[in-house]
Amino acid sequence: MRSTTKTMLTALAGSTMFAGAALAELSGDLRIFLDTSNPAPRATMEKMIGDFQALHPDLSIETTVIDREAYKTQIRNFLTADAPDVATWYAANRMTPYVSAGLFEDVSDLWQEPEIAENLASTKGAMTIDGKQWGVPYTYYQWGIYYRKDIYEELGLNEPANFEEMKSNCQAILDSGRKCYTIGSKFLWTAGGWFDYLNMRTNGFDFHMELAAGEVKWTDDRVRQTFANWRTLIDMGAFVDNHQNYSWQEALPFMVNGEAAAYLMGNFAVAPLREAGLTDDQLDFYQFPAINPDVALAEDAPTDTFHIPANAQNKEAARAFLRYVVSADVQTEINNGANLGQLPVNASASVDDDKFLNEGFAMLSSNSPGGVAQFFDRDYPAEMAAEAMQGLQEFMVIPDNLDDILNRLDKVAERVYAK
Amino acid sequence: MASVDPTVTTGKRSWYKRNEIAVTPWLFLAPAILFFAFYVLWPIYQSIAISFYAWDGLGEARYVGMGNYVELMDDRAFEVSLWNNLKWLLFYLLAIPAGLFIALFLNQTVTGIRIYKSLFFFPFVLSQVVVGLVFSWFYLPNEGLLNGLLGLFGLGPVNVLGDPTWATYGIIAAGLWPQTAYCMILYLTGLNAVDPEQIEAGRLDNAKGWKMLWYIIIPQLKPATFIAFVVTIIGALRSFDLISIMTNGGPFGMTRVLSFYMFEKALSEYGFRMGYGAAIAVVLFLIMLVFIAYFLWSMWREEQGR
Repeated sequence: MRSTTKTMLTALAGSTMFAGAALAELSGDLRIFLDTSNPAPRATMEKMIGDFQALHPDLSIETTVIDREAYKTQIRNFLTADAPDVATWYAANRMTPYVSAGLFEDVSDLWQEPEIAENLASTKGAMTIDGKQWGVPYTYYQWGIYYRKDIYEELGLNEPANFEEMKSNCQAILDSGRKCYTIGSKFLWTAGGWFDYLNMRTNGFDFHMELAAGEVKWTDDRVRQTFANWRTLIDMGAFVDNHQNYSWQEALPFMVNGEAAAYLMGNFAVAPLREAGLTDDQLDFYQFPAINPDVALAEDAPTDTFHIPANAQNKEAARAFLRYVVSADVQTEINNGANLGQLPVNASASVDDDKFLNEGFAMLSSNSPGGVAQFFDRDYPAEMAAEAMQGLQEFMVIPDNLDDILNRLDKVAERVYAK
Repeated sequence: MASVDPTVTTGKRSWYKRNEIAVTPWLFLAPAILFFAFYVLWPIYQSIAISFYAWDGLGEARYVGMGNYVELMDDRAFEVSLWNNLKWLLFYLLAIPAGLFIALFLNQTVTGIRIYKSLFFFPFVLSQVVVGLVFSWFYLPNEGLLNGLLGLFGLGPVNVLGDPTWATYGIIAAGLWPQTAYCMILYLTGLNAVDPEQIEAGRLDNAKGWKMLWYIIIPQLKPATFIAFVVTIIGALRSFDLISIMTNGGPFGMTRVLSFYMFEKALSEYGFRMGYGAAIAVVLFLIMLVFIAYFLWSMWREEQGR
């Protein structure tokens, strides 16, 4: 799935020249590789690039959209062999292989500029490796529990504030013949979301990151405590049966049909739930409740990013494009409900008037004192994440295998972090 | 204008003319040899070479000697994949007798037999992806047809693809559907070539039923059986797509086979351990080599016999 939109505006150059006259003139080619292959994000990106083109008529922009899954493997080839000037990717540990192989350009200079330094401070940590910044974010979204408000109201339940309430709510839901949470763990990462939250609520953000960095053993008692909490939910029968057969999309109907009351997911789940017919009166959101009152709340908020490959040809234009993408107006525009429907990374940008975006924005800006994590498979080294997520799925299906799983993960960790 | 000296031209035949008999076969073979060397032998050599390194596909490759293989010995996921490969090899062969019996059943002349034959052949025409999807719906834990059928007998429900013990068998059963059709068509053509005189002779000697089948028919179907065996073994070792579609290797890696595990380790989203993946590929190659050697040996023996 590759398509190329080549925009050559040479014919129009004369008529639109004045539009870009005030800015520094950029010329040459600018090749942009995108992984935003789903229809809505793709249209958003193409529109944004079109606007950038209008500002810089002398620039010949070539956009290539690659299927999101295929992109994850192709990036290794094109960064080395045929580098574009700008490429999309993900923040945090996911950048590490390319940063350490010297394939991403150090863009710390951009982060020195006041416009970016002041407005993008919240995501700086996720873009930093070895004290340098390697790209800019363009969007992020909250994770949390999306639930059927009508079912909660029918059973007289409130949004839970702590683990006890979470469990008592769940018992009430189970007694009404429904499941508390839907999940589809066929592709494993959804189980990673549950582990992220349970571990951050049980042991805190810092501990979660120490585990990610290999400083703590998986057989540590604190990790076991996380699994013990998880097990209380599993033993209650809180999760839908046979979740190992379903993808995250295939798990949506349980919630739509009212067979399950809630879904721990990223904000991208809202669009398909609405399309399936749930109204905003039926669907609501709450922050994952506290488990251990002594640890500060921390959230998952995966960030998608733009990078300049080290082998790029037109780095000047690429930097201008990155500046453009993170500017307040563009951020407001591309993240609004009609486009990406996510959160803008620029503090001066405004969040679209959407119930879930507003709740998410408020949660991340004021109620996540512990820190903001990316996501299990972005914070943990890829190999560790792959093994661990498989273990998490196994635990959800056969909780009695826990000891075996943790020992196995320790063994993998020994090798992964020894490098 | 210089006159041509006839003695010189006749005495000096071109090099090609002198060696024509020896060279021509090689000229004809050259394209095949080149392609085989470049697309088969060279990659095999490369895989073996890479399997001695730790390499992420980007940075420097680090020589680790037999390190990858030592790790394989101790890797439970590898062990599971190896056993699954054996299960595939063994149970996939059921396609051969199943194909034979369907072929015997269809080898008659009634009205519309061509339609029945094509209906039986139909699954083989389907893409493996479609077969995988159809069977995963068939197996669906709640609304699947299988559980509906079991329900009629008061059994179930079972979650075939979600159960670590049964998932592999479930996928093999899905694979048998098109593979049986393939074997059937091989046997149908084979049955056309069965010598009616031998059957006649058998009848005179009072052979019928199973005896007729075992002593008269099956020996004559030997070429078809050989081809069916070859394609089934190859099919069993290429089981990648069904696994990818139906379970993605899960639940928790229990349905992986070597080819799938290699892909996960070397080329998937979280993989990129090229050396380790190559080591798995080498093991898979060694397993294949056993069969390749057997096939080549039987074909060579066939040639000798003529």
